[in-house]
Amino acid sequence: MPPLGRALCALLLLACLAAPLVADRYLLSVLILVFYFAYLGQAWNLLMGFAGQLSLGHALYLGLGAYTATALWTLFGIGPWIGVFIAIPVATAAGLAVGWLGWRFAIQGVYFALLTIAFAEFTRIGFDHLTITGASAGLFLSVSTPGADKWWNLGGGPLLYYYIALALAVGATLLVARLRRSPLGYRWLAVREDPEAAQAAGINIIRARMIAMAISAGMTAIGGVFYGFYYRNLFPSQVFDISRSIEIIIAPIIGGLGTIFGPIVGAIILTPLGESLTALIQHFGVNTPGAKSIFYGLVLMVIISLQPSGVWPWLARRLGLNRSRP
Amino acid sequence: MTELLSVSGISKRFRGLTAVSNVSFNVHAGEIFAVIGPNGAGKTTLFSMIAGALAPDEGRITFAGERIEGLRPDQIARRGIGRTFQIVRPFPALSVEDNVVIGALLQTDALDRAHQIAEQTMVQLDLIGKRDQIASSLTLPDRKRLEVARALATGPKLLLLDEVMAGLRPTETDRIVATLRELNAGGVTILLIEHVMRAVTALASRILVLHHGAAIAEGSPEQVLRDPAVIESYLGAESL
Amino acid sequence: MTAITLNIVVQGLLTGLVYGLMALGLSVIFGVMRVVNFAHGEFTVVAMYAAFLLFDAFNLSPLLTLLPIAAAFFVLGYVLQRSLIAPFISRAEHEQFILLVGLATVVVNGLLLIFGPDARPINLPYSFDSYEFGPLFLDKVRVFAALGAFAICLVLFLFFRYTRTGTAIRACADNLTGAGVVGLNVKQLYAVTFGIGFACVGAAGTLMATIADASPGLAQAYTLLGFVIVIIGGLGSMAGALIGGILIGISEALAGFYIQPSMKSMFSFALLILVLVLRPQGLMGRRL
Repeated sequence: MPPLGRALCALLLLACLAAPLVADRYLLSVLILVFYFAYLGQAWNLLMGFAGQLSLGHALYLGLGAYTATALWTLFGIGPWIGVFIAIPVATAAGLAVGWLGWRFAIQGVYFALLTIAFAEFTRIGFDHLTITGASAGLFLSVSTPGADKWWNLGGGPLLYYYIALALAVGATLLVARLRRSPLGYRWLAVREDPEAAQAAGINIIRARMIAMAISAGMTAIGGVFYGFYYRNLFPSQVFDISRSIEIIIAPIIGGLGTIFGPIVGAIILTPLGESLTALIQHFGVNTPGAKSIFYGLVLMVIISLQPSGVWPWLARRLGLNRSRP
Repeated sequence: MTELLSVSGISKRFRGLTAVSNVSFNVHAGEIFAVIGPNGAGKTTLFSMIAGALAPDEGRITFAGERIEGLRPDQIARRGIGRTFQIVRPFPALSVEDNVVIGALLQTDALDRAHQIAEQTMVQLDLIGKRDQIASSLTLPDRKRLEVARALATGPKLLLLDEVMAGLRPTETDRIVATLRELNAGGVTILLIEHVMRAVTALASRILVLHHGAAIAEGSPEQVLRDPAVIESYLGAESL
Repeated sequence: MTAITLNIVVQGLLTGLVYGLMALGLSVIFGVMRVVNFAHGEFTVVAMYAAFLLFDAFNLSPLLTLLPIAAAFFVLGYVLQRSLIAPFISRAEHEQFILLVGLATVVVNGLLLIFGPDARPINLPYSFDSYEFGPLFLDKVRVFAALGAFAICLVLFLFFRYTRTGTAIRACADNLTGAGVVGLNVKQLYAVTFGIGFACVGAAGTLMATIADASPGLAQAYTLLGFVIVIIGGLGSMAGALIGGILIGISEALAGFYIQPSMKSMFSFALLILVLVLRPQGLMGRRL
């Protein structure tokens, strides 16, 4: 990475670390969302931008991660820092099942996307009837449970969540950058560009895709654990819903599919805009459910029409941060 | 001479159309073997079966003593068979170097070593000056060379070349012929499908002629190109 | 088969015909243009609201407003294709899909914004009447809706079989290059096809409004239902869409009664997964 790029990254990181000193509660909550969506965007981008598989059902892994960890806490008192290590395998297993069904049976492109949606929807309705986790009435993390306010049970104010979200976003970016430059990363690109030619070069394409799916699903599950404990309530109709899946994909698509900084740029642009829109509308006392989603939908359409490779590649060219590879 | 590749009784049918019918031949280690024949003769189908993209309905394929028919393409690549495609398929959004590195990653998991192998291969195929160019922006002859480079970087014992000369001008053809001769001298066995007789006669030590999916002649160029059945079905009067 | 089961099956069949009409639009669009209309259910719900509004404001029965709404939707589809969708046909598949995902999001949330989340029923004077045929009690509204759907499907079938435009469209679906070579105006035909697909949506939505209450929450469910039907029946096959619709209508009705109403979609999704894995070309579709 060129020195200018390095300097910018360092500056940005420093600003994020110091932000809680000057930011109010509201701004912190917006920043948490930015980091959260940047993180999830990186996870999804791994599967789509690198391995080339379109998943519109990532809410499945979000929900499985969230429910596993929160259920372990409410039912057995197992804290999230342990719960996450159970949530990850659960979601990864689901991802591998979806992937295996899809790729073993050569389900491609749009059909694969439909498959992922079907799995997420199936699970959503399933959880609507799962009484042990509250079914459709939802699961609640009470603040009065003993130990609920301890940091190791993710209790406490937004500051804890702020730094966790930041750590997740930074960690995910470093992981993605590392993978991109690894042999695995090269193989993913080959599989994305031309699966048959990749096979001829000796790459086991199902294996490569499964690894991408496993990492992507596992990472998303961690995001789910965060979601569950941050919002402190879970409903199948929300966490497994297709709007969650669409929320996850917007930032990386807007920012730039298959690029390392795309999801971050996308999250930085979209989340504050979306939140500002909501705040603005509420300021005028108007009740407009869905306004933010309309905004996101429009942005999606505009970007995919005019600049389908995303904002980041365009920005990088302008800033002179460009190399032969994004 | 050892048999590197042994194809025995191979057939393939597509819903009533017999694309390849009971074809048998052997390729010796270190030789250049050509498969020729009119369009639709079944040459690419044959190749696809050797490379693992298609499974034969009947017959056996043995490579370096091991049965390989029905294996996946990547399994076959890993056993030492590299292939190019009739319609070139470089990884379009990636640079020339990255394309070749991906091939090299079959030989090693260490990126430094892979880059080294890629560099050597690019020099050999005269692509080193274009290493940073994006594959989709290359000219056709360069893309063909890139295909060969990528296949070569996998370190194959046998290289399958599917009409690699198609669409090239005579000078470019001569360049590739020279490169292939060099590769062969370096120990790579080559099995090629070709229409460009100039290249076939310059390279091949033995030729197999296919017509309507069946082998109608096999032998040295002198034998085959004078065979009346071959001349009638394929070459025509202006054979050379 | 008991009387109850028979009733449920027939109810499902009738509803299924309307589903089939909706899915038909999806199938036509994909079969000809290879566009996966992810906003299909959303626009079906728009049609439901249109029927509701006309009924609410002017007391016009959906059976009367059926053709005008279908015609309006034809124009909507035509314009949409020419302006928005056309540039995406030659682009990467996922880009086109994402465009429609974005469109679907905008539409469904727009509906939410305008109408709110509550369900809007159309209460016709005969909404609670039924015909009796021996052991069968058929809801009048369902019978009319099913007949309407069937009639429109028939018209479309005749259109595609026996008119010049219809044949031209089928030519495009079969062999695009060939169609261009023989001088067919492919751009125009594509727009017409999209219009027809949308007309199906408009008609299906209008008919659906008589048997279900319009609400934004239905949009996504209908889109996925449409896909389940066309994938089971076979993308690009008109008869497949109808047959698939009937099958899904019946199985949903049975599942809803014998298992649990809220779980009936689960059954459809499981079926979708099964079909995608085992026979992605569906019952009657062409091999991809």
